[in-house]
Amino acid sequence: MTAAQPRRDPLVSMRGITKRFPGVTANENVDLVLRPGEVHVLLGENGAGKSTLVGMLAGLQQPDAGTISIGGRSERIDSPGRALAFGIGTVFQHSMLVPSLSVLDNLALGGSWWRKPDRAGLVARLREMCRDIGIEVDPDVVVGSLSLGERQQVEILRALLRGSQVLILDEATAMLTPKGAEDLGVLMRRLVARGLGVVLITHKLNEAVTYGDRISVLRLGRNVGEIGPTALASLDRKSATDEIVRLMFGVDSRSTTEEASDRRDAHAINTSNPPPVSEEQPESPSPLWRGVRGEGRDALTDAFLCPPTQVFQPSPLTPLHKGEGNSFHASEICAACSAALSVEHLSVDDPLMPLADISLRVAPGEILGIAGIDGNGQKQFAEALAGQRPVRAGTIRLDGHQVGQLDVAARHALGLRYVTDDRLGEGTVAAFPLAINLVLKEIGARPFWVGGWQRSATIDTHARKLVADFDIRTPDIQTPIGKLSGGNIQRALLARELEGPARVVIFAKPTSGLDAQNAQATRRRIRDAAASGVAALLISTDLEELLAVCDRIAVMRQGRIVGVVLNDGMARQCVGEMMSGA
Amino acid sequence: MSLFTEPFLTALVLGAVTAGLPLLLAGLGEQMSERAGVLNVGIEGMMLAGAYGGFLVAYRSGSIPLGLFGGATCGGLVAALMALFCVRLALSQIVVGIALTLAAEGLTALLHHVQFSQTYPRLPAAATLPIPLLSAMPVVGPALFDRPLIVYLALACVPALSRLYRETHFGLALQAAGDAPAALDAAGVDVLRTRMAAVLATGVLAGTGGAFMAEIGAGLFVPFMTNGAGFIGIVLAMLARGRPLWVLWGALLFGMCLSLATALQVVGVDIPSDVIQMIPFAAVMAVLVAFGRRASLPAALGVPYRRGER
Repeated sequence: MTAAQPRRDPLVSMRGITKRFPGVTANENVDLVLRPGEVHVLLGENGAGKSTLVGMLAGLQQPDAGTISIGGRSERIDSPGRALAFGIGTVFQHSMLVPSLSVLDNLALGGSWWRKPDRAGLVARLREMCRDIGIEVDPDVVVGSLSLGERQQVEILRALLRGSQVLILDEATAMLTPKGAEDLGVLMRRLVARGLGVVLITHKLNEAVTYGDRISVLRLGRNVGEIGPTALASLDRKSATDEIVRLMFGVDSRSTTEEASDRRDAHAINTSNPPPVSEEQPESPSPLWRGVRGEGRDALTDAFLCPPTQVFQPSPLTPLHKGEGNSFHASEICAACSAALSVEHLSVDDPLMPLADISLRVAPGEILGIAGIDGNGQKQFAEALAGQRPVRAGTIRLDGHQVGQLDVAARHALGLRYVTDDRLGEGTVAAFPLAINLVLKEIGARPFWVGGWQRSATIDTHARKLVADFDIRTPDIQTPIGKLSGGNIQRALLARELEGPARVVIFAKPTSGLDAQNAQATRRRIRDAAASGVAALLISTDLEELLAVCDRIAVMRQGRIVGVVLNDGMARQCVGEMMSGA
Repeated sequence: MSLFTEPFLTALVLGAVTAGLPLLLAGLGEQMSERAGVLNVGIEGMMLAGAYGGFLVAYRSGSIPLGLFGGATCGGLVAALMALFCVRLALSQIVVGIALTLAAEGLTALLHHVQFSQTYPRLPAAATLPIPLLSAMPVVGPALFDRPLIVYLALACVPALSRLYRETHFGLALQAAGDAPAALDAAGVDVLRTRMAAVLATGVLAGTGGAFMAEIGAGLFVPFMTNGAGFIGIVLAMLARGRPLWVLWGALLFGMCLSLATALQVVGVDIPSDVIQMIPFAAVMAVLVAFGRRASLPAALGVPYRRGER
């Protein structure tokens, strides 16, 4: 957009967009108008049609009905190349860079085919652009060695170098650390200050309120509301959030709050403070947000600075420090009875993040959180416990029995369960029916297989029961599981792992990529499981989630447990410090 | 060591170049397809089509260069089918590749049977283009510097392709098409067009290799005469890790194994011919065992690209 044009002229407007896929209407009569100088947040649950809508702007799909006009003219965007030519740059959730090429070569992709890439000229332009928007990128480094946040910056740079006027960020913050997300927020502000239009797709309410100038909400493929800049500026954060929650779920946020505060007595300390607006908002510890939400709670946290001597002790055998006047029944269990899961001096080899000397105990009925920034060994730890990778040293005991030498199936049968975060990869076989996926870890075992022959009736009965018990929404139990939504696949995984004689369940990032309602349902399942006597190990990168659910929180850093704390008023501060290595 | 006489060495090196050249062209071609993410199993069929077509054109026209051109065209035609099915229509590269190879084997054998089975015509030796001074050198002179033009052109392909891969946009696009096709698409380059160009180039190279085999190597066409050369090309491409020069070394090594049989007969060594003929294939296995772990393949190799799928 040139400076001569009036500032309010839309860059791109989509009118009456309808897109159908076999069996699903992804978008129905959706309007979206992007203006220069605005961060336009597109908010909605999983499956609300956000990605489909911007996919049409990015040239990945064509609308079945409706028009897209760019700079006032109706245009057809039939390939990503056309989208770029129209000045629409997209940063997808999954990196769209070639990992084996350098940053520079990635930026050079797409020139005339026979020509030598003008590397020197490109470096100069890149440097200038970096200076303008205040980021640093080494042009010669291979993309595969960059972090996700850095890759995103390269993708944004690429869009800018190609003269994009509209920048679409699809779930851009989903894979970033809180710090990375904050940096991205700052970068977005600088970009809109240059007159770009930014579309931020997210399902995190706090991000929408923090970064957005204008918020559009999609539900079930339809526009259900828009909050313009003036309205957004006039509302305070809480009323803005209430309004969004009402639009997104068609419910009042207060009912959500009640559900969220339906916690076990152990968490009384949390509810005795000014109640959070909803469980879902505090997903990123942005200072802005914290200031509004939990004045009282943070003041409390600050008053109790971590006593380091008591906290930085990786051994589970050391007595846990107790919060002032709180009775934690879980800690009493810990002290009183034998652990359901006990890990001692566990070491695991791994080229990326070896585990060293991990010792932990989890009591029946207890939820132990594993906090830490992603990639600090959580996955290796979970896999070692589940039997998916060999252990170099140390012991794993389940109810006092050594299970370190057993294979996955044997541990599963004994009640050691693992809910993976890689739902479609190692969690399920996408093409298999739901019913088979529900017995995936028992293939060949009775009563579902007898003498090698599959007992379909037994499998189906089992599946129908779990579908009802765990509220899995599927057209049929024979539907391939890959066709279900992320939330329902997670329900199926939970059903499989919690069913039967589960003793210890490892939940690896169980709510990642889920929308608010599914995430809440998942957390409720975890609490219910613990209430019924299961020892739960909750691995999460979301500190708020851990604080809301766990009895104790262990912190993992660089393949080690650097401390275990009780989840009391001081936990936030202690865990935060240990996570970052402060 | 009476074995390493000048006649023996000359025969060995000459044979290595003659037998290795089709492998070189096949390997370079396969390398380009694989770089772009297409596992071109149909390359054997492309070579065979090139061998037959090249021979036919050369025999009818009396011109070896025209014959080579015909062979390149036939290889390109088979490759066009491969591109249509595997790239445009996104069918399985393995199944289509095997089908094309079998079809080419059957069709060329049938056509040969109809046309030449009574006469088995031979082509005259190709005219050579001796390079002054260099061609007078012992051993390597006759093997390398007194050869038809196509030999020099094929060797020139090695540095040319190296430059293409390293220094052009097309080279970047090829690598991106094999490693992260969705990223290439997002960068605004047509993935299917890039891959089709690579597959067509493979067909032209492999077809030329086949034609060379029939017209210059053997001077006649025999059904199934490529005898796995295309598959050796696949092995070379996988072991070369994207470097054209390595394809050259590999092709010469295998070519030397193939020519050992002839060279040993020249000096009259008495080894059963079955053993000698086994050497190249034993060499393939030995090389695979020794270096197979070092093969590195593009991430999206063998996966058809469809936009919007993850």
